[in-house]
Amino acid sequence: MSPNVLALLPEIILTLAGVFIMLAEPCLKAGSSRKPLGWLAIAGTVGSIVASWYQIQFGTLHAFSGTIQVDAFSVLFHFVIASVVLVTLLGSLDYFEGNASHTGEYFALSLFGAVGMMLMTCSVELLMVFVGLEISSISTYIMCGFRKGHATGSESSIKYFLLGSFATAFFLYGVALAFGATGSTNIYAIAHGLETTTTPALAFTALALILIGLGFKVSAAPFHVWTPDVYQGAPAPVVGLMSTAPKAAAFAVLLRITFTGFPTYQHRWAILLWVLAALSMTIGNLGALMQRDVKRMLAYSSIAHAGYIMVAFTAFPFDGIAAACFYTATYAAMNVGAFAVITQIAGYDERARSIDDFTGLGQKRPYLAALLSFFLLSLIGIPFTGGFFGKFYVFSAAIHGGNVWLAVIGLLNSGVACFYYLRLLAAVYTRPGSESTRLNQLRRISVPAAIGLALAAVATGVMGILPNGAVSFAEYASHSTLIEQGRQECAASPDSCHLQLDFDVK
Amino acid sequence: MSLQVPIAAYLILAAVLFSTGVAAFLIKRNLITIFMSIELMLNAVNLTFVAFAHMWHQVSGQIFVFFVMVVAAAEAAVGLAIIIAIFRTRQTLNVDQIDLMKS
Repeated sequence: MSPNVLALLPEIILTLAGVFIMLAEPCLKAGSSRKPLGWLAIAGTVGSIVASWYQIQFGTLHAFSGTIQVDAFSVLFHFVIASVVLVTLLGSLDYFEGNASHTGEYFALSLFGAVGMMLMTCSVELLMVFVGLEISSISTYIMCGFRKGHATGSESSIKYFLLGSFATAFFLYGVALAFGATGSTNIYAIAHGLETTTTPALAFTALALILIGLGFKVSAAPFHVWTPDVYQGAPAPVVGLMSTAPKAAAFAVLLRITFTGFPTYQHRWAILLWVLAALSMTIGNLGALMQRDVKRMLAYSSIAHAGYIMVAFTAFPFDGIAAACFYTATYAAMNVGAFAVITQIAGYDERARSIDDFTGLGQKRPYLAALLSFFLLSLIGIPFTGGFFGKFYVFSAAIHGGNVWLAVIGLLNSGVACFYYLRLLAAVYTRPGSESTRLNQLRRISVPAAIGLALAAVATGVMGILPNGAVSFAEYASHSTLIEQGRQECAASPDSCHLQLDFDVK
Repeated sequence: MSLQVPIAAYLILAAVLFSTGVAAFLIKRNLITIFMSIELMLNAVNLTFVAFAHMWHQVSGQIFVFFVMVVAAAEAAVGLAIIIAIFRTRQTLNVDQIDLMKS
């Protein structure tokens, strides 16, 4: 196979599966089950995970005239994104069954969205990043409003659409200014051009605009205002997908742009990210305290978690990238798991919305309740869960980088976060009163949904108990981007070559 | 010697257009108008790209504009569809009245 095909193999598999589903959807009878299309989408996702695994052996692979760079970093994020989509698809096979028409489109859109997110993680050309960002965003805009006729669904969709496009325009303006300052939109060429640029102010404005654009995408405070409304109105499986996978992709882009594209300005953007991280953690956790709606509460919790990931940006490059990668993976596993449980409990018609609706779940559905508690404990950061080790890694990286105060703010926030997660847990394990009849209509959980939940739980558990494998993969990913950066610097200016980078691989 | 418009003039025009778009996005209350202000922002970016492409003598900046236009068209298709869905369920396009989820 040509290197071009090989580099985009996971994306190609997903695109083919998605296109086939789109073509097959109108051929099926109007009332017939769309599950076969769902299974096809699941097969495509598994295929793309295998293809990503296959790509590891090539080390760093350049394709399409240097716009695509496949390395351990991109493979790691491909894993995260494809796994999130897999868990979401497994959980939503029965979700739309009998409730909505044309659900084949839902499966196709989740695959197309995944293609866009994967393109974002493996491209080193900002224009390609923009195209990937739009592919993923447009798919998720539609999926938000997939419950047709529900007023909250279309409201969530329009809010996500307007704020998302607004953010994209900022990102794009930043790219245009970076092009003006350096004469290129390739991340490595930008890094090289910044050393000799005559307009540093323009370059810094470009970086600030890009940060605003991506800040909206990862819902970092103060660009988080859309998140609670959008998450509350969208269907639960879609929220599970869009609170994890697009954020992982946006963080991958942010890591590449800051550490690889603008390393010369690290002393400046590190301060900006310090402020964003502190604000996101505080506003996210304080906001979540006041919520009664579970999805709204988890929306604020996801703002806080975006803040924890941003703490890693203030550390040294090697530690910072590795910690951010690891935290993104754990956050994706536990958050998509939590939403998969909520999908099963709430169902298509959103039986259980507020915290009180979950009262008595522990008695009626002990297994689902146990899984939900496990994911919530991981979100709190209790030892022996992925969430604990992720937080430990991020905060120790920040302290190692000299940002003790940010770590202190983060730890205080983790304490505050206990309250609202435990409030939901307390409701789950309270004896049901006479009024909580909503949970009585709970259907039996299907086998694919159980497999999806088990996958998320195992991933969360393994990253908490035996994190060595995941940590060394994250370090390998971090190493691969930094080594490539050194190699590109060498090629650009052989005189000042320092390929022996000043970090040691553990 | 031919009379040339300096590059800065294009950039300032683009910045003004972009700011107008941002201001309109924040001030206007009608969904369609808000959507139009996003298009204005994207076109300001296009102008910036073309101006810089001229400055650097690189054709790539002009090619970016095509990408932006294609993506903006795709976005418009989806956006207008969502706006229609909103109008069907709520019978209004005023953003102040689209507030079912304020708890």
